[in-house]
Amino acid sequence: MDNREMKKSFLSAQVDVSKFNAGNFEKATDDEKRQQDVMGESTTFFKDGMRRLRKNPLAMGSIVVLVAIILAIIIAPHFVPYSYDEVITVNGQRDKTMTNLDFMCYSDKELAYMEETGEDLFPHIFGTDGLGRDYFIRVIYGTRVSLAVGVVAALMVVLIGIIYGSVAGYFGGKVDLVMMRIVDIIYSLPDMLIIILLSVVLKEVLAGKLAGTVLSRLGTNMISMFIVFGLLYWVSMARLIRGQILTIKNNEYVLAAKCIGTPNRKILTKHILPNCLSVIIITTALQIPSAIFTESYLSFLGLGVSIPLSSLGSLANDARAGMQSYPARLVIPAVIICLIVLALNLLGDGLRDAFDTKLD
Amino acid sequence: MADSKYVLEVNDLHTSFFTDSGEVKAVNGINFKLEPGKTLGIVGESGSGKSVTAYSIMQILAQAGRITSGEVLYKGEDITKYSEKEMQKFRGSKCSIIFQDPMTSLNPVFTVGYQLEEAIMLHTNKNRAQARERAIELLKLVGVNDPEKRIHQYPHEHSGGMRQRDMIAMALACEPDILIADEPTTALDVTIQAQILELMQKLQKELGMAIIMVTHDLGVIASMCDEIMVMYGGRVCERGTADDIFYAPAHEYTKGLLRSIPRKENMNKKLVPIGGTPINLLNMPAGCAFCPRCDEAMKICLTEAPEEIRVGDTHLASCWMNIKEAFENSKEA
Amino acid sequence: MSEEKYLLEVEHLKQYFPVKEGFRKVPLKAVDDISFAIKPGETLGLVGESGCGKTTVGRTLLRLYQPTAGRIVFDGEVLFDSEKKIDVDMHPFRKQMQMVFQDPYSSLDPRMTVEDIIGEPLDVHKLYSSKGERRDKILSLMETVGLNAEHAMRYAHEFSGGQRQRIGIARALAVDPKFIVCDEPVSALDVSIQAQVVNMFEEIQEKLGVAYLFIAHDLLVVHHISDRIAVMYLGHIMEIADADDLNNNPVHPYTLSLLSAVPIPDPETARNSKRIILEGDVPSPLKMPSGCPFRTRCKYATEQCAREMPPLTDRGDRHFVACWNK
Repeated sequence: MDNREMKKSFLSAQVDVSKFNAGNFEKATDDEKRQQDVMGESTTFFKDGMRRLRKNPLAMGSIVVLVAIILAIIIAPHFVPYSYDEVITVNGQRDKTMTNLDFMCYSDKELAYMEETGEDLFPHIFGTDGLGRDYFIRVIYGTRVSLAVGVVAALMVVLIGIIYGSVAGYFGGKVDLVMMRIVDIIYSLPDMLIIILLSVVLKEVLAGKLAGTVLSRLGTNMISMFIVFGLLYWVSMARLIRGQILTIKNNEYVLAAKCIGTPNRKILTKHILPNCLSVIIITTALQIPSAIFTESYLSFLGLGVSIPLSSLGSLANDARAGMQSYPARLVIPAVIICLIVLALNLLGDGLRDAFDTKLD
Repeated sequence: MADSKYVLEVNDLHTSFFTDSGEVKAVNGINFKLEPGKTLGIVGESGSGKSVTAYSIMQILAQAGRITSGEVLYKGEDITKYSEKEMQKFRGSKCSIIFQDPMTSLNPVFTVGYQLEEAIMLHTNKNRAQARERAIELLKLVGVNDPEKRIHQYPHEHSGGMRQRDMIAMALACEPDILIADEPTTALDVTIQAQILELMQKLQKELGMAIIMVTHDLGVIASMCDEIMVMYGGRVCERGTADDIFYAPAHEYTKGLLRSIPRKENMNKKLVPIGGTPINLLNMPAGCAFCPRCDEAMKICLTEAPEEIRVGDTHLASCWMNIKEAFENSKEA
Repeated sequence: MSEEKYLLEVEHLKQYFPVKEGFRKVPLKAVDDISFAIKPGETLGLVGESGCGKTTVGRTLLRLYQPTAGRIVFDGEVLFDSEKKIDVDMHPFRKQMQMVFQDPYSSLDPRMTVEDIIGEPLDVHKLYSSKGERRDKILSLMETVGLNAEHAMRYAHEFSGGQRQRIGIARALAVDPKFIVCDEPVSALDVSIQAQVVNMFEEIQEKLGVAYLFIAHDLLVVHHISDRIAVMYLGHIMEIADADDLNNNPVHPYTLSLLSAVPIPDPETARNSKRIILEGDVPSPLKMPSGCPFRTRCKYATEQCAREMPPLTDRGDRHFVACWNK
């Protein structure tokens, strides 16, 4: 045992044993060892994503802006005593000086009335428009319409896209081939042209049928826009979902589920779709601004909501005539559109950064 | 600038990654010396800091990573103090690295020859024609058949083994003194792995460069390396010659590792695994990194990290078990 | 052969995949005419280099792919026979044949808790009568594979590679199978963890008597765990023999070079042994050489090898080799 002897002499030369006592070299118990080896706190995918999202100032700012806008459009109509289609009257009398008021101003008659009765009238925050309607409440309603259109259209697109895309992606082969060629055909249709044509055709067809229902308030233009969204705009969503599913399908856990004997429908709903969820949420967040844009654009062209209902686009369109004298009326809806779209885009990006990471 | 006996000396190197969840000490005070023409094997499992050590030497750490202290001496000169420009010159001409995945290390839109020529021209003042000649010469050196034809092909036209040869050729373009190989054969099949290992040994003999072999495969280490450094949790467990490590392991981790791999001797016996789970670098134990999984763990292992002491002529280890032995010897005496 | 009872018999199994080459569809012969049999409680190791079709064999057996031709008999029942046109519904057999996957990261659904992952096969085959029974079964499975019961509600991504592989094994064991295909179950794991998992496979086999088809490229691990080993090269079985016999007396030139290429974790042996280095690369399965697929890298290759694929012949002691020259 030369080796051992050598080692012995090496060791004693280097180690100052006086530092230690026998207790140091007692065996550690399993419990003591285990304390050194703790598993991190349990987090779910969602919690983990939210933690990352909270650290993103742009995304959090966007959420604040969006929440503020949504609160405003919910609450404002309750305490503003005017309505979006009401030409303001004082004591039941029309007021010629009521039109085109500036921010926070009262008309002569209102001032006179207030002085006479001592009663405070609600101020016209954004002034009034050319017809003497309170502009603030019109902007609020316009935002409501634009946001609602955006959300509804986006949900519609997402729903159709998910169903179509997941079927094509999961079954693959010939099914996929045929379904994706249909998508290609739809992609090649000029969407604006179809919206314009449809709204012209549908106006006649729908006008009679819708009379008296809630939908008539929206106007045939809006309805045709929804139809076009439903018919055309889901294709990019469908493509995206299909692509996602093709990647997820190759994961071994899907193979494992097949091995177990899990039926196809369950594999799709239990394994594949939940794993697409982050992508779906992100694209929805990004889809809403594009729908809002389309709506605003169409309303600006005069193909949007029907009078007297307002949307941000139609407000901007109305303001076009007096652009030089009353630029604020164009700027306000334009800024709100920008805010909503920017906030949603930034939130979408933030969501992607937070949730669309590979788990490791 | 004393002309050192060693081509590379690493002294008390610390490298950390600064992540959202805190500082991750990926390399925690390592030392080694490398003689010219020798092969050092760094062995460890994932998260042991073996690759980070290699990347620290080359200073090609990811964004969040930084060498926090220590020095890396190339022929006596501290390269951690180099500017990025000096480092660029150092990389490739003095020290080269090859990676695990030869597929992603080559740019798919350029031909193999073009990439080789670029690498050559970057470090020498050869013109394109001379560089081409040299590229063909290099490919011949690394055993690529028909290099005149191969040089015009794109990386995807080469097989995995051939791509690793391309990478080695590129790394050797300027005849570096040190070749760092980060898991060079992990992505390859055994028969191709044998080809590449053989090639590396042959090239080392011909060109006299030092090799740092980073791998998790004890078999590769045993057949390639003169000296071995075993790492766990960012620290060095022990280092010594191949025979020291394989025949007289002095750290409980190495001992456990050698017991747990299937070898001729234990073919028909149960393997003796190391219990527990690999270390989480974010959650390092206060004492020895290995103690939560160590069968022999003692009280002192829980609280204090062991110092490195010499256990043989060429053999150093950081394990309290050796100090315990010294303690007991002194009591006997 | 007939006096012994086999759990699984595979005869002349072929698995081709159509691959588009320009406008033509050419078959990629991933598995080309292989036969083998596994006894109950036995482990057959399947080794070969990447692309040799070993994973495909495992997946075809479990009918994740539709076989091109051949015959698969499991536990006395014909699951597939291309000549007699038998092709049974696999659903009831999924309770008896299971699989453990290579990648512990992608083989577990990141959105599911451990309890749900292990519970999925129980749900699919309705193997419990009450919620409590389901939970008890899951907990006892977790115990079998050495997982802490406290971790049942955690998500897979919180575990290390070795623990995830345990979850995968528990999932396979949930239906109480007789046969498990282990597709490279340890190659993605750290060296210090591999032994834990290999041991667990062996313990489970001793306890439950399951048979394994153990697919791997690490010859040492395969040798350790297997009773018999089959060596594959480009869709063909080149040699099949008892594990020790194959390692000590390899006959086929490919087996020989494969064994000598394995780096032995022992410096002394490494210094003294001479490696047989194979020239060149594995040919593409789309451009398979005629006859024996190994002949392009084989130093014994003759004209006959180019003409005809050698049959697997018994060289005594159930040691089968497919080579004209050895």
